[in-house]
Amino acid sequence: AKLAEVRKSPLSTMEPLTSYKDITHYNNFYEFGTDKSDPAQQAHLLRTRPWTVAVEGLVRRPRVYDIDELLKLAPLEERIYRLRCVEAWSMVVPWVGYPLSALIRQVEPLGSAKFVEFTTVLRPSEMPGQRLPILAWPYVEGLRLDEAMHPLTLLCLGLYGEVLPNQNGAPVRIVVPWKYGFKSGKSIVKIRFTEFQPRTSWNLAAPHEYGFYANVNPTVDHPRWSQAKERRIGEGLFARKRDTLMFNGYADQVAHLYADMDLRKHF
Amino acid sequence: MTVLTRLAQLPAVHAERLKRILFVLCLLPLARWIWLGFNDGLGANPVEFIIRSTGFWALAFLAITLAVTPLRRWLQWPWLLRLRRMLGLYAFFYACLHFAAYLVLDQFFDLAAIVEDVLKRPYITVGFTSFVLLVPLAITSTDGMIRRLGGRRWRRLHRLVYAIGVGGVIHFWWLVKADITQPFLYAIALGVLLGERVVHHLRIRVLPSPGTSGSARAAIPLPRD
Repeated sequence: AKLAEVRKSPLSTMEPLTSYKDITHYNNFYEFGTDKSDPAQQAHLLRTRPWTVAVEGLVRRPRVYDIDELLKLAPLEERIYRLRCVEAWSMVVPWVGYPLSALIRQVEPLGSAKFVEFTTVLRPSEMPGQRLPILAWPYVEGLRLDEAMHPLTLLCLGLYGEVLPNQNGAPVRIVVPWKYGFKSGKSIVKIRFTEFQPRTSWNLAAPHEYGFYANVNPTVDHPRWSQAKERRIGEGLFARKRDTLMFNGYADQVAHLYADMDLRKHF
Repeated sequence: MTVLTRLAQLPAVHAERLKRILFVLCLLPLARWIWLGFNDGLGANPVEFIIRSTGFWALAFLAITLAVTPLRRWLQWPWLLRLRRMLGLYAFFYACLHFAAYLVLDQFFDLAAIVEDVLKRPYITVGFTSFVLLVPLAITSTDGMIRRLGGRRWRRLHRLVYAIGVGGVIHFWWLVKADITQPFLYAIALGVLLGERVVHHLRIRVLPSPGTSGSARAAIPLPRD
């Protein structure tokens, strides 16, 4: 279904878009299976209505939002972002949503809130991958509060001007374009504000391979493969890889968040 | 049972015909990639698809080759041995395609990056080593080379295939992010195939039965095709 009144955004990249077919048929969404073609085949099992998102923890106004409220909470924008997967491939995706900060401001985080934790829905009956012990279900991701408040961080409800397809994290997901894709939690049911760094799924599964920050960084390799280059999806069998950019090309906007940090240590 | 008995004594002509059919069948994965390539069927990440798929078939043919000797023993179909060299060379063929896909499609001859990969990334170190070890086995697969080396030395050299099999499975295992189902299945298959050899070896050591001409030599036969 088409989303009404989607504004363009100056924060969008001008790069050519990855096709709708590739964006919706090449997915890492282990809740629906570990093969990249599994989510497109299995995601229809997930019922995305009714849907609520509980916003809780260290906030002055904890609330449960209905998905229809979230769709109207702020003006919808199209944000064309690069997406860089930790597996060294990338896409250019026209997301639809609005800054997560709009929601965060409504619930008024307390001074003690330092982190935000995003929890994916836990429904093994609708998500066959959750019946296998691949990751610690439900999937949990997290950001530092200043990262979550950054204007680039998106509460995402759509793709290509339409309602978000299930395999891309319907009905509501997070998009953090300067971090590896796994940091952007999908099919979110809970947003919790905490004082301490959340225990996130991939970080728990392999802490030496998937750091909490997971900023795109061509100079810090994954222990098992290089992060210096990436393959742009849709460019075909004979295309060359391209150089990966620091913070996925968003360094001007986000580098200051990590000014005093050793990014080799906080990878 | 009669079918089994008849298959056990398959005449050489039929075995030869079977081998030719198998030769063509073994090319099906390659034919499939070409067909998919011309019909927009390689998916969103065709390079990854080709690398994964060639690797899959290289490992599969390695396992199939390693299955010849145990099957020959269990079924008592001596002619199975005539297929072993061809199957082994197909393992090498698909391993070559796998390496070529990495070299050309993935790295595009970026030698510096490849050297770094081989030295720094254990799964590539193991995979590359296994591939390199396959080369002498392919070279010495001809009748002339077997004669020149002599049976004993040839057999000793070709035991490298066990290490290559283990290396191939480790290569696959270390590459996977979280779901180890597929490499695990390969590991099981390889474990069975190598375990059978250990058991067989111990049995002919411990219980040399007078009925068979039971020398260790008979356990690891030379190809005669």
